Amino acid sequence: MIRVVLPQHLRTIAKVEGEVRLQIDGAVTQRAVLDALEAAYPTLRGTIRDHVTQQRRAFLRFFACSEDLSHESPDAGLPDAVVSGAEPFYIIGAIAGG
Amino acid sequence: MSGVRVLVGTRKGAFVLTSDGKREKWDVAGPHFGGWELYHVKGSPADPSRLYASQCSGWFGQMIQRSNDGGRTWEPVGNKFAYEGPTGTHQWYDGTARPWEFKRVWHLEPSLNDPDTVFAGIEDAALFRSTDGGQNWQELPGLRGHGSGPSWQPGAGGMCLHTILLDPKNPARMFIAISAAGAFRSDDSGASWKPINRGLNSLYIPNPTAEVGHCVHRIAMHRSRPNVLFMQKHWDVLRTDDAGENWREVSGNLPTDFGFVVDVHAHEPETIYVIPIKSDSEHFPPDGKLRVYRSRSGGNEWEALTNGLPQENCYVNILRDAMSVDSLEPCGVYFGTTGGQVYASSSAGDSWKPIVRDLPAVLSVEVQTLQ
Repeated sequence: MIRVVLPQHLRTIAKVEGEVRLQIDGAVTQRAVLDALEAAYPTLRGTIRDHVTQQRRAFLRFFACSEDLSHESPDAGLPDAVVSGAEPFYIIGAIAGG
Repeated sequence: MSGVRVLVGTRKGAFVLTSDGKREKWDVAGPHFGGWELYHVKGSPADPSRLYASQCSGWFGQMIQRSNDGGRTWEPVGNKFAYEGPTGTHQWYDGTARPWEFKRVWHLEPSLNDPDTVFAGIEDAALFRSTDGGQNWQELPGLRGHGSGPSWQPGAGGMCLHTILLDPKNPARMFIAISAAGAFRSDDSGASWKPINRGLNSLYIPNPTAEVGHCVHRIAMHRSRPNVLFMQKHWDVLRTDDAGENWREVSGNLPTDFGFVVDVHAHEPETIYVIPIKSDSEHFPPDGKLRVYRSRSGGNEWEALTNGLPQENCYVNILRDAMSVDSLEPCGVYFGTTGGQVYASSSAGDSWKPIVRDLPAVLSVEVQTLQ
C-alpha cells in the first residue's frame, strides 16, 4: 500500500485522520498516486492540482525520503521506499502567507 | 416567530449569526472552514435552509460548500470552473494580452425560485451557473465572449465578477458587474450581454466615457422596482431608472463619493445606504469617523448616520459584498468591516451596535429574514 500524508486542511476536506493508504496497480508515479487519491476522495479534486491544467498548485510541495520531488516529472517513478510502503509520500503546504 | 440569520464571510472562515425578530441578542457560530478565505456565503430565497459558500485558499484553490440546514452542517460540492471554448485574452495591468485564468469565486447568487440553481461570479471575470445544487458548473460564455472582452482589465483586487442581480419581474433579465469592465445586462437568460455604462464618467481611464473599462464596485436593486439600480463606482454614486440604459450621478453632498457598498432599504425603494471611504489610496473612512450615509430621496441628499458607530480613530474598510438588509419592520441594516466587526441597525440606520467584534477581516455579509 502507498502511504500518503496530507496537510491538515486537506485531511479535513477528505474527512480522514492520519495517513491515507492507497492501492496502486502498475507504476507508482506522482500522477498515479494523485489519480488514486482523487478517485478515493473526490472532494480533493482541484485542491492539489488544477482541474484543467493538472499542474501542481504553486504553494504545495511533494516530498518523500527527505527529498523534494515537486519538480520531478509526474510520470517519474517514486522511490522504492514509497513503493514498498516503508516511507510515506508527503503533500505539504508551503510555509507562506499569514 | 420571525428571526434573522446573518452569514458572514471572512479572511479566515465563515460565521453564522442568529437572532430572533427583536435583533437584540445574537448567537455566533463558527468559524466554519477555519483558515480559509470565505469570499461569499448566501442563502437561497426559495429555501432558506439551503446555503452556498465560496471557500478558497492560496494553497488549495477553490471549494464550494453547500448546507441544507441553515449552516449547521456543510458538504463540499463541485469546484471545477472550466471556461467554455477558446480561452482568449484580456488586458493585463501593463496593457499586454493575458489569457483568462480561473482564480476564485467572488460571489454566489442563488436563483429566486429554485434552490438547486445558483450563479457564480468568478475571477478572471466570467459567469457560471449550476442547476444541480453546485455539483457541476457551466459557463455562460456569451458574457466573456462579448466583443469587448479582450479590452477588459483587472482592478486592483483582480478582474472579478462581483455583482449578480436577478430581475424578480423578468426571469430572462439579469445584471452583472465586473472590476474593471463595468456593468452588463442580459435579456435572454444570460445568453447574450450588452454593456450598460452610459453616463459613467471615470477620469482615471483613457476615455472617461468608454463603453467598457469602468471600475464598478457594487450595484443594488429593490425587488419592487428592478429597472431602478444604484451603483457605487470606484468614484461616484449613480442611479439608473431605465435598467441601465442611462446612469446619472447622485453623489450629492457625500463627503467623498469613493466607496464599495451600496444597498437599498427593504421597504422604501428610494432609501439607500452607502459608506464613504476616503479615497482609492486610503481605504478608510474620512477623518477616522465611521459613518453610514442614508438618502431617502434616491440619492443626491444624504444624511450621516453615526449613532453607535466609532467617531474617532476608526480606519477600517467596508468591502463591496459586506452590506445587507433584512426585511423586518423596521428594516435592519448590517455591514462588516476589515477590522472584524459586524455592525447592525434594527432601526433602518438611526442607531447601530456591533453584533460581533474581533472576527477576521470581513469579506461579505448576507442576511436572511426567517419566518
